[in-house]
Amino acid sequence: MHSVVCIKQVPDSAQIRVHPVTNTIMRQGVPAIINPYDLFALEEALRLKDRFGGTVTVVTMGPPMAEAALRKCLSYGADDAILVSDRAFAGSDTLATSFALTSTIRKIMENMPVDLIFTGKQTIDGDTAQVGPGIAKRLDCQLLTYVSKIVDVDLEQREIQVERRAEGGVQFLKTAMPCLITMLEGTNEMRFGDLDDLFRAARYDLKVWNKEAAGIDDAEMIGLKGSPTVVSKVFAPRPRSQRAEMIETQDNDPKNLAVTLLAKMFTQHPKLEKEIAKRAR
Amino acid sequence: MAEKFDVIVVGAGMAGNAAAYTLAQGGLKVLQIERGETPGSKNVQGAILYSDAIEKIIPDFRDEAPLERHLIEQRVWVLDDTSYMGTHYRSEDFNKPPYNRYTIIRAHFDQWFNKKAREAGALTICETTVTELLLDGKKVVGVRTDRKGGEIYADAVILADGVNSRLAVKAGFNSEIKPKDVALAVKEIHFLPQETIEARFNIGEEEGVVIEMAGKISAGMMGTGFLYTNKESITLGVGCMLSDFKEQQVTPYELLDRMKAHPSIAPLIAGSEMKEYAAHLIPEGGYNAIPQVYGDGWLIAGDAGQFVNGIHREGSNLAMTTGMLAARTLVELKAAGKPFSAANLSRYKAKLDESFVMKDLKKYRRMPDIFHNNKQFFTTYPDLLSKAAQTLIRVDGVDKKSKEKSIKQSFINARTRLGLIGDAFKFWRAVE
Repeated sequence: MHSVVCIKQVPDSAQIRVHPVTNTIMRQGVPAIINPYDLFALEEALRLKDRFGGTVTVVTMGPPMAEAALRKCLSYGADDAILVSDRAFAGSDTLATSFALTSTIRKIMENMPVDLIFTGKQTIDGDTAQVGPGIAKRLDCQLLTYVSKIVDVDLEQREIQVERRAEGGVQFLKTAMPCLITMLEGTNEMRFGDLDDLFRAARYDLKVWNKEAAGIDDAEMIGLKGSPTVVSKVFAPRPRSQRAEMIETQDNDPKNLAVTLLAKMFTQHPKLEKEIAKRAR
Repeated sequence: MAEKFDVIVVGAGMAGNAAAYTLAQGGLKVLQIERGETPGSKNVQGAILYSDAIEKIIPDFRDEAPLERHLIEQRVWVLDDTSYMGTHYRSEDFNKPPYNRYTIIRAHFDQWFNKKAREAGALTICETTVTELLLDGKKVVGVRTDRKGGEIYADAVILADGVNSRLAVKAGFNSEIKPKDVALAVKEIHFLPQETIEARFNIGEEEGVVIEMAGKISAGMMGTGFLYTNKESITLGVGCMLSDFKEQQVTPYELLDRMKAHPSIAPLIAGSEMKEYAAHLIPEGGYNAIPQVYGDGWLIAGDAGQFVNGIHREGSNLAMTTGMLAARTLVELKAAGKPFSAANLSRYKAKLDESFVMKDLKKYRRMPDIFHNNKQFFTTYPDLLSKAAQTLIRVDGVDKKSKEKSIKQSFINARTRLGLIGDAFKFWRAVE
C-alpha cells in the first residue's frame, strides 16, 4: 500500500505579530513548522502502513528551507520525501499549487502506484482548504474531505471505509481507491519516532525536484502566471481591547451611570439615538 | 541501535556545538543529541558573544553568523530605588573591525553554530533526551535515550548538558548542585523599532550598548541586572542567587517588574512590546563549585561543569572554550591511538588549567562566599553612594565641608569605621 502525504511548511501562526508601527506582518524570527493538520494526515498514513505494510511518501512544494519539514516527517517514520522546489513556483495560489502537486504525484505514480493521497483539512496560513480537493479533481479520483476516522481498507476490493464529519453528524462512507483524503484535526496523535528513523532522517539524501523533474512543461500553469487569485490588501483586524472603554464614576447611583453610558453610546451611534427617540414618541 | 560512534556529545548549546564542531573537524565520528526541538530552542542567555572564543573555533564567523549589534558602549550602574550612579565607557575604538563583542539571539546563533558542526560532519539529532549514561563498570560506554531503540554506544561522551547536569549526578560522578551555587535569571525580550532603539541609546545602525546593573535592582539580594540592545529589540533581565530567592520570598518576575518600573529604566523600554519571557539557572559557584570534569570515557564542558565567571558576566565563552578543549583532548588521543581512559583524559584538566578559564575562575574563587555572606554590598552601599552623590550635587546653601562631613558620617553610621575597613578588605579579597 502506497500513501502520498502532501504537507506544507508554514509560519507558526500563533507567533506571528503585527508590526506595531507599520501594521505589516512580522515574519522575522517566526519559527517554521509543519502545518499541524498535515501531521494528522501523516500519522494516519503511518498507521495504515503499520496495519497493512507498504510505503509512505511525503511531498511538499516550497522553498529550500522546507527541507527541514520533510526531514521531520522522515524522523516520524515516513519512507521517502520529495521537495518540489523551483523559482518558477513562486507566487503560486491554490490553483497553481494543486496543478504542480498533481503533476508531481503523477510522476511518483510512474515509479510506484499510489493508493491513497493524504492532506490536512487546510493550512493554518492560508486556511483555504482548496489544494486537496484541487488535486483530487485534477487526478479525477475520489475525494473524502474532513475525514475523522479510517475504519477499514479492503486491499483486494480496493475499497476504503471512513467516517467523515458533516454538518449535524457523522457520515459513514465507502469509496474506491485511489482516493484523496483530507484529515480532520484531533483524530490521532503524532508518534514519537524511533531512534533509527531519526538517524535515517538526519542522513537521508532528500530528493529535490525542479519543475521539469515534477513533469511540468507548461510554465503558464504555475507561479504567478498560473495564479488567478489576487491579494489586494492585507490588514490586521483592530484588536477588540482598543474599543473597550472604562467609564469611571464618582458616585454609585446607577441612574447617573446609565445616563453616562447612553450618552457614550449615542455619540458612537447617532442613528441609534434617533431610532430610540422615534419609538419613544 | 548497532551503530557506534567515536564520541557522543550531549547538548547543542555553546559547549556542545563547540565540541561537536571540533571533533568533526578532527575527523572523529560524532553524534550530538539535543533535547530541544532545534539547537538553541531551549538555550537562554542575555546574550553577549565574545569574539575571542568563537574566533578560535570558527575564525571567519563574522561572515555568516547571525549577529545583532557590535558593542561600542558599556554602562555600569549601581541602583537604589529612584536613582542610578555609574560609569559609561564609549569608544570609537570599539567601532573598528574586527569587533570584540556582539549582542546575539541564541535561538538564531545556536542554529547557525550547529549547522557548522553538521557541515563539518557531525550528526545531530534533536527532540531526544539522554536519560542516562551507559556504564561498563566505571567506564562510560554510551547513552540511553527516551526514544525506542534508544541505546547508543561510543568510546567517549562529552556532557555539555547545561547547568544542573542530571547525567553526571545520576551516574554518581558528581553531587547535586547547591542553591547557593546557582543564580536564577529571568529575562524578557522587548520589541522596539530599530530607529527608536538607535535614538534612545544614541547609537548608529549595527552599534550596540550594554548596561550592567547591581544594587537595589536585586532587592538587596546578591545579583545583578542587565539590558542589551539587539537589532530590533531590547533584552533585559535580572538574576539572583537561588538561595536568596528562597530566603527573601521574592519571585523572579516581581523582581523583573520592579526593574522595568525603575525610573531610570522605564523610559528605555517605553512603548515596547514584550516578545519573549525566559528563565534559566546560571552556575555561579565559581572555582570551588567546579565538579570532577573527566573520568573513564567522559568529560564535562560548559555550564554542566560550572564554568561561569559571574562577576565578569562571562559564561558562553567559557562554555565554547571548554567544549573545544574537551574535543581537542579526544582528537589528540585518537590521533595518538590512545584509549579514552581517565588517566589519558586528565589532559583535559591540564588544558583547562593552562587556559584563561581556570586562571580567571581561580582569581575570583573567594568572591561567591564573600558576597554571599556580606549582603551590604548589594543593599547598604548602593544607598550610601546614591545619597552621597545627591548631597554633593544638590546646591542648597550648605557649605561643602559640612556636606563631606555628613557623607562621611553616613558611611560610619551605617557600617562603623571598623566595618568600612573590613568591607574594603573583603571587597579586595573578592576581586584580588
